Amino acid sequence: MTYHAATVLSQTIALVLFVSLFLAIVAYAFWPGNKKKFDQAAQVPLEDKSDEPEGDGR
Amino acid sequence: MKHDFFEKNSMVLLIGILIVVSIGGLVEIAPLFLLNSTIEKVQGMRPYSPLELAGRDIYIREGCYNCHSQMIRSLRDEVERYGHYSLAAESMYDHPFQWGSKRTGPDLARVGGKYSDNWHVDHMHNPRSVVPESVMPGYPFLAKRKLEYGNMAERLKTLRLTGVPYTDEMIANAQADVVAQIKPDSAESKALAERYPKAQVRKFDGAQGDQPTELDAMIAYLQMLGTLVDFAKFDAAGPNLR
Amino acid sequence: MKATTSEEVIALSGATATIAAVIIGAIGAVLAIFGQDEVIRLHGALFLLAAAAGGYYVLTHPRQGGADEQAHYMDGPIKVATIAAVFWGIVGFLVGDIIAWQLAFPALNFDLPWTNFGRVRPVHTSAVIFAFGGNVLLATSLYVVQRTSRARIAGYWSPWFVIWGYQLFIVLAASSYVLGATEGKEYAEPEWYIDLWLTLVWVVYLLVFLGTLWKRKEPHIYVANWFYLAFIVTIAMLHIVNNLAIPVSFLGTKSYSLFSGVQDAMTQWWYGHNAVGFFLTAGFLGIMYYFIPKRVERPVYSYRLSIVHFWSLIFLYIWAGPHHLHYTALPDWTQTLGMTFSIMLWMPSWGGMINGLMTLSGAWDRLRTDPVVRLLVVSVAFYGMSTFEGPLMSIKSVNSLSHYTDWTIGHVHSGALGWVGMVSFGAIYCLVPWLWKRRGLYSLRLVEWHFWTATVGIVLYISAMWVSGITQGLMWRAYDKLGFLKYSFVETVEVMHWPYVIRATGGLLFLLGAVFMAINVWRTIRGEVSSDIADQPETAAAPELRHAATAVPAE
Repeated sequence: MTYHAATVLSQTIALVLFVSLFLAIVAYAFWPGNKKKFDQAAQVPLEDKSDEPEGDGR
Repeated sequence: MKHDFFEKNSMVLLIGILIVVSIGGLVEIAPLFLLNSTIEKVQGMRPYSPLELAGRDIYIREGCYNCHSQMIRSLRDEVERYGHYSLAAESMYDHPFQWGSKRTGPDLARVGGKYSDNWHVDHMHNPRSVVPESVMPGYPFLAKRKLEYGNMAERLKTLRLTGVPYTDEMIANAQADVVAQIKPDSAESKALAERYPKAQVRKFDGAQGDQPTELDAMIAYLQMLGTLVDFAKFDAAGPNLR
Repeated sequence: MKATTSEEVIALSGATATIAAVIIGAIGAVLAIFGQDEVIRLHGALFLLAAAAGGYYVLTHPRQGGADEQAHYMDGPIKVATIAAVFWGIVGFLVGDIIAWQLAFPALNFDLPWTNFGRVRPVHTSAVIFAFGGNVLLATSLYVVQRTSRARIAGYWSPWFVIWGYQLFIVLAASSYVLGATEGKEYAEPEWYIDLWLTLVWVVYLLVFLGTLWKRKEPHIYVANWFYLAFIVTIAMLHIVNNLAIPVSFLGTKSYSLFSGVQDAMTQWWYGHNAVGFFLTAGFLGIMYYFIPKRVERPVYSYRLSIVHFWSLIFLYIWAGPHHLHYTALPDWTQTLGMTFSIMLWMPSWGGMINGLMTLSGAWDRLRTDPVVRLLVVSVAFYGMSTFEGPLMSIKSVNSLSHYTDWTIGHVHSGALGWVGMVSFGAIYCLVPWLWKRRGLYSLRLVEWHFWTATVGIVLYISAMWVSGITQGLMWRAYDKLGFLKYSFVETVEVMHWPYVIRATGGLLFLLGAVFMAINVWRTIRGEVSSDIADQPETAAAPELRHAATAVPAE
């Protein structure tokens, strides 16, 4: 394999791989089913009722 | 909520982070060790002589790299100001590299031979005595300090472990070679020059006596920087082309 | 009902702590007695002293256990790290300003080994990045992970070991530079045994952080913790790989880097740029994602954007290193990769900036009324500015002008003073009343003073460095009519004098602001009555003291 062929091949593979990785993350973040979970998570810093850890409930 | 010892979400996150942050480094660093084209084949490169190495260690100790680069970029003005652009081969024995990141003072990659020893002695003592506008600190203590070189053989052995081609002969003579390099016309200095071609032999700090000072080592190092590769025989467009 | 800590766990933790102290003390004693140079003997003695003090404390303060232990968050180590951050901040800014004056007036070097620029500059960089920034990150990460997990920190002695072990690392590193022991790689100067010590401290830190996440009562791991975890894990990886070295003797300080030349340069800037990316960015983004929402009582603008922000930022940052090596002997393909990813990095950076800024939407008046919010928000604005400038400077043609000049120094400081400094100050002003259970800060007016002195200082600093950097870059490449280089090197040095004086003045103002902060923090901790408590927002008070004015009983 020539140097040129190696670059073209690796660049193409990386492009496809990285773009699909990015799309997967965007899909995860904006998937309608995940909306409720993330809205709840966003409230985590604001919801502490007291400045104490929660018990184990045992 | 039940929690296992290795709680699942945090471990998924941890492993995800590890994978994502490893890719870039692997792609950019690993090939540099594997591709032969990374470092050109040149003539003239050799490991530092013990006195030069001692000088280099002092250069690092004093933090010279904070203000001086040793990397001439392939730009017209740099090549005209400092000389041929630096080759990867020229720092292949540099543990650590000293390319630098800031030029508060000028580049030193090819400073060897540009100034006389006397100039360096004065400059180290008080930089403004030779360059009035300089902002460099003075290093008068280098001339007064005896060079410590008791562990020179160990230093060479350690560097051999990292891949610098020091021979058994070089290591056996490490200690003696420090002194040999400040004794011109001696038999020891001729043997030194055989082991380290182009090594410059003289009392660099201009003082009397046969005790090497830290200033001897520093100037020996500065005077050899960039002097090893024979650029008359180097063809950038030839097989060295990357 | 709270779980009690079992007898076995108590005995085990006490025994582990004691054994660790004995081992560390023994190693220290060996180095102190048999060390081959004065630096390692001094450091051996320091190890021995620290281990003796730690062991003595563990033995004389046995762990009580019981229901009460787990009923509260563990804030002791966080308090120590907060005070340490203020202390090391002042040390680091002061040393930085001293070396800034040295560049304007070289006589200030005194031509002594211990005071010359070359040895003191690493003290400045390590003190501000690792001592100041590191303690801010330790304090905030341990605070945030407990609160957002609703769980007490994991471990009993180990958090203390992390905090004090880290302070020991700082003292070892700074003293070694001044005494001339250095590995000679920027921002990674500590010698091999100090690196090993930091590795140990860091692994315990990771375990404490992860262990707290494992104990959490919230199903979701809040996004600030993602950034903290990425910071801890990646710094561990970078630190270990970049510091691979072989010591000349196991009883001496000197070591040689395992890598050389071009590979060493690439590894170093992979480390160096990601010290920026993960220490000075990811960790501090964790602060942004917790403290801004908390202070203005609004959730982050878009949690979904924060997820995309996180993964794209950590993926792209790690590639950016080669932009420090444009036109050098590094192969072209690596340079091009570094440039490409650096430019792409602009996008997640600005995504994060928008997310931080827009969290204030509907509460913009807080910028006017609360200088702590202003510190936090202006820091994000500086983050946006320097993450625009960074990609610009990574373009090869721009870099050919900016590299090796003060433009780089100015760029670093717009990020370091503007982003890291300001967001840290904001977080410290939030944390101190919360940790020491105060109604608010000693003086909000003093925060106002801090904000303005720091801001003016930064503006002077950055603009002086733009002027000197671009001027010097242009002078280096200027040609006369005959085609010769127009200026000698030293002529370009001469021109730097006034920018250097202005820069040092800006630094002095920044330092002055930090002194205001130290006074404010000190008086708040002492519990002095706030003169302007009525002007302070409710979120300035410790959580249990909020709503006190309206006398709403706590549940």
